[in-house]
Amino acid sequence: MGDRIARLTALFFACVLVAIVILLVYELLWRSEPARAKFGWKFLTSSEWNPVNEDFGALPFLYGTVVTSVVAMLLSIPLGVGAAIFLAELAPPNVSNGLTFVIELLAAIPSVIYGLLAIFTLVPLMRQYIEPFLKETLGFLPFFQGPAAGVGYLTAGLVLAIMTVPFIISVSRESLLAVPREQREAALALGATRWETTWQIVVPYAKLGILGSIFLGLARALGETMAVTMVIGNVPAVHASLLWPGYTIAAVIANEFAEAGGKIYPSALVELGLVLFGLTIVINGVARMMIVATTKKGSGR
Amino acid sequence: MLARRKFVNAMMLTMTGVCTVITVAVLFLILGALIVNGASSLSWNFFTKLPVPIGETGGGMANAIVGSAQIVGIAALLGIPIGFIAGVYLAEYEDKKFAAVVRYIADLLNGVPSIIVGILGWALLVVPLHGNSALAGSIALSVMLIPIVTRQTEQFLREVPLSLREGALALGASKWKMIATVAVPAGSKGIMTGMILGVARIAGESAPLLFTAGLSQYWGSLTEPTASLPVMIYKLATGPYEEWHQQAWAAGLVLIGMVLTANILARLILARGVSVPRG
Repeated sequence: MGDRIARLTALFFACVLVAIVILLVYELLWRSEPARAKFGWKFLTSSEWNPVNEDFGALPFLYGTVVTSVVAMLLSIPLGVGAAIFLAELAPPNVSNGLTFVIELLAAIPSVIYGLLAIFTLVPLMRQYIEPFLKETLGFLPFFQGPAAGVGYLTAGLVLAIMTVPFIISVSRESLLAVPREQREAALALGATRWETTWQIVVPYAKLGILGSIFLGLARALGETMAVTMVIGNVPAVHASLLWPGYTIAAVIANEFAEAGGKIYPSALVELGLVLFGLTIVINGVARMMIVATTKKGSGR
Repeated sequence: MLARRKFVNAMMLTMTGVCTVITVAVLFLILGALIVNGASSLSWNFFTKLPVPIGETGGGMANAIVGSAQIVGIAALLGIPIGFIAGVYLAEYEDKKFAAVVRYIADLLNGVPSIIVGILGWALLVVPLHGNSALAGSIALSVMLIPIVTRQTEQFLREVPLSLREGALALGASKWKMIATVAVPAGSKGIMTGMILGVARIAGESAPLLFTAGLSQYWGSLTEPTASLPVMIYKLATGPYEEWHQQAWAAGLVLIGMVLTANILARLILARGVSVPRG
């Protein structure tokens, strides 16, 4: 008897989780209904954002979200995978564990604090030194033209890179550690250098896990709100240059949702939320499939 | 040829070290910047006084500190039991198919951007109550907390050796008695760690609170707009006044102090070993 009650209680609380997700999807669909009915698929391709005329389009935000995340990944993948290789393959276990703990602390820092630091330290640095330098040296490329305002896609991408690196490092390190020892010994015995062993044998073996960690970081970057809102510049426009101010989906919801009046305006913001939700679910799903596939294969150190 | 290979080897290995140094240095740069800029604005008033209008001196952030404690406290009261029992379900009562669904859902919920969780809190409580409230913020934060606690609880219960469970069952304990008196106590350190880390994580969240708990100059209450430290930092840092910026640094230092203390504490609990040797 007691057992049945305990079992049903546990089952009930597990169902609460399922109910939350169903509720979340339902609210997102229902609250975005007016905007979806009015704009249809055109919502995704229009770059109009005019609360006065109640004309809304998602393109500048989608563009900003994707561009900042891509910039972040371009910086954080080499940095993260490099550090993961060092921690898994080179550093002695004590040092590796200590440094991994420090890196995990980095992941625990609230995003508003990254934003705070970015506003007062990174933005002036970008405006005065880095962006003028980029314009001078790489200004012939379309990516590095326009104003050096300090805020914009590039700065937001840089902050996102710092925020996603810890995720990439900790998951990549795990999958590198899961590569069987024999693989390394065989390569070394054949005369490969340490680096050749790592790059040609160990990394390919852990490939899926590393890719998974990258997708996990990407999902984080796409949905990151506060830090980006504070440095993106908040201008709903599409620019090829990374130096221009822009906007992201999460940032526009954070900035405008509380003040959005009428029926269509909040509904359009919820629809943006729905788009972001769909995007992160897909990326996260891909990441998990990859990570599960590697950890099953590995046998651990 | 060999010289070239050796050179590549040395160079690339050094580069990986450089990557690590850069990443670790970022943490110390962040802490350093917060201490340098924030410490000077920390005073007794900061912890005990309400905010004052711009131009006056001596204001503090007592309402935001208490507000954060209130919002996070209620979120923990709601989220920890639900997450914990759901985790027990996943680890102990595995009905293969449904458990897989719940596990998938928990991971999905973990990956939902925090701003979207804010929309859920808004739809569930702000719209019906016609206004921001601490309770709406707590609901939003508990939605973030539940999947974290669920997965941590499950993970650490799974590390409890089967032999312990079998011992209890062989002595005639019923299954729930075995779970309550053997499995959960054996995994308690890890489970506690998961809870502390989860609460520390939601304590630093501002995105879900922007339009649920909102912001207030005064003391909040369950059904009224309530200030919290992270939202205050956002508002002060993006505002135009130098005094606000100073306050934001101080609040940032307090927030990071709390979050890092919780993380290190959790690590210390876990470092003293799993309660039972792994079987």
